[in-house]
Amino acid sequence: MTVTDDARRALTSGAAPRRFGALYILEHRIRALRGYAWSAVMTSLGNPIVYLFALGVGLASLVPAGIGGVSYLEFVAPALLCTAAMTVAANETTYPIVAGFKWNPIFHGMNASPITGRQIVHGTMLFIALRMTFAVAVYYAVILAFGAVPSAWGILSVAIAVLTGMAIGLLISSYSSTLKDERGQLAMVMRFGFTPMFLFSGTFFPLSELPIYLQPIGWISPLWHGVELGRLATYGQPIAPWLIAVHIGYLVSIIVIGLWSTSRTVTRRLAG
Amino acid sequence: MVAHGKAGLCSTLVPAPVISAQSLTKKYDDFTAVAGIDFEVAPGESFGLLGPNGAGKSTTMRMIGAVSTRTDGELTILGLDPNTHGPDIRSQLGVVPQQDNLDLDLRVRDNLLVYGRYFGLPRKQIAERADELLEFAQLADRRGAKVDELSGGMKRRLTIARALINDPRILLLDEPTTGLDPQARHILWDRLFRLKERGTTLVLTTHYMDEAEQLCDRLVVVDKGQIMAEGSPASLIRDYSSREVLEVRFGSDKNAEAAERVQGIGERIEVLPDRLLIYSDNGEAELVKITEMGLHPITSLVRRSSLEDVFLRLTGRSLVE
Ligand SMILES: Nc1ncnc2c1ncn2[C@@H]1O[C@H](COP(=O)(O)OP(=O)(O)O)[C@@H](O)[C@H]1O
Ligand SMILES: [Mg+2]
Repeated sequence: MTVTDDARRALTSGAAPRRFGALYILEHRIRALRGYAWSAVMTSLGNPIVYLFALGVGLASLVPAGIGGVSYLEFVAPALLCTAAMTVAANETTYPIVAGFKWNPIFHGMNASPITGRQIVHGTMLFIALRMTFAVAVYYAVILAFGAVPSAWGILSVAIAVLTGMAIGLLISSYSSTLKDERGQLAMVMRFGFTPMFLFSGTFFPLSELPIYLQPIGWISPLWHGVELGRLATYGQPIAPWLIAVHIGYLVSIIVIGLWSTSRTVTRRLAG
Repeated sequence: MVAHGKAGLCSTLVPAPVISAQSLTKKYDDFTAVAGIDFEVAPGESFGLLGPNGAGKSTTMRMIGAVSTRTDGELTILGLDPNTHGPDIRSQLGVVPQQDNLDLDLRVRDNLLVYGRYFGLPRKQIAERADELLEFAQLADRRGAKVDELSGGMKRRLTIARALINDPRILLLDEPTTGLDPQARHILWDRLFRLKERGTTLVLTTHYMDEAEQLCDRLVVVDKGQIMAEGSPASLIRDYSSREVLEVRFGSDKNAEAAERVQGIGERIEVLPDRLLIYSDNGEAELVKITEMGLHPITSLVRRSSLEDVFLRLTGRSLVE
């Protein structure tokens, strides 16, 4: 008698968290953001102004002819948008993921409630995507103010940058979620993963300028695929339709696989 | 047929257990942390696992908490299998883990608010409960403080308050007072005692025998992943120890020699490195016998038997090394 009553009550009270758990995690993270909202806003605004000034006014004067028929600033603008998303991704998916198990072990706290490992990952990624959208949107506004977006389709580059940033973030989290100890591995990821990707993905100069044997760095880099799509959106850089599909497919595949593998790692670690 | 009917009647009168474990086992690779334990917890009961560090208490608690997956055996919590109904079970539990895992990035009250949302409770209800629980945990004046600024005892009370935000059917407490100073422990015990009086089912682990004696209706003594004995604190003491214990010290160099000579005195003798424990229903009488033998201990003390003595009897070791 009592068993069925208890069980029935549990099944009832478990229903909402089963369905909405990821949103509850998102809510938690937004509340935690209040503590550092101001510094987040200032960084989101400060960075683009500095970059656009340096590249648009400084570096652009060395490339007076522009690249591929557009000014240098127009050429780099969509790339900058993607790198802004990538920076948010790197900030949020390296140390904070390790911390969630270790230094501020909130993942364990969440998992003691009805929330599952998968919901923790989905909610966290949802939060990162929102934060990224905000940062990229601010960046886009600054880029507009500098007059670096000729095409009316430019606004699409915000979504493209977020897609790119999330692909990169989920690649990083697939690794960082496996770390039980942090002994400099994350610094290595930044040095040998993030930085080369940042520089050699057709970001600041076309990939075709690189020797042919270095170009594969670009092809495997989610950033290159995102930047190519971004250029299509902001100034209509010509790309074959099949290649557009490849770019989008590549980013979406990484996101799907990264979500799956990060969820699996987190779930297994919590159930140990 | 008649016997059958009686058994059927009995099973409807005795309330079904809220936790039931049979041959519950947890292995980490080759290492067996929990080696096939059996126990049941009745609704409203206060049940304890008493054992030294490494006994497998936390591992057991994490399996009961529907977090850690069992390697073998059967486990039902609130009539459900944690392997298939983890979230449902956890929606009815309150968990105080051995290591606090409050969110250090949030303030005291916010920790309760976000946690309540994990259960899908309405915000208004959570806010009301949070304020009640902050009163209960004697943290109302700290509601806006950063978690980092709290003392160890306050953090522990906040963790307990957080565990109560969903009005749980079972409260799991893993070493609730380890690492706290005596005053903080007493405040905490008082709070837990109130919960017990209100009928909350408590499951707690401890390696403090006084904590087990104060808070548990019934407990199992665990060592190396196995249950060594089970019963109420009083019945365990009755079954595995004498009423009183005479502790005598002869100085470390004469301890062993004195141990030889007092053989046969009392019901049983335990030789510890620094003292002898003589188990007897009348400690004073045994002390008189020792003095009559011409032995003169440096210090002597007669005390009541405790769970510590039960543990020593069962394992040959002390609870707290
Ligand atoms: N995740 C784990 N991996 C490997 N061994 C573990 C793990 N967790 C606990 N153990 C081992 O299992 C044993 C029991 O641990 P635990 O349940 O924490 O004991 P207690 O809580 O009684 O101190 C210990 O020897 C511990 O080292
Ligand atoms: Mg423990």
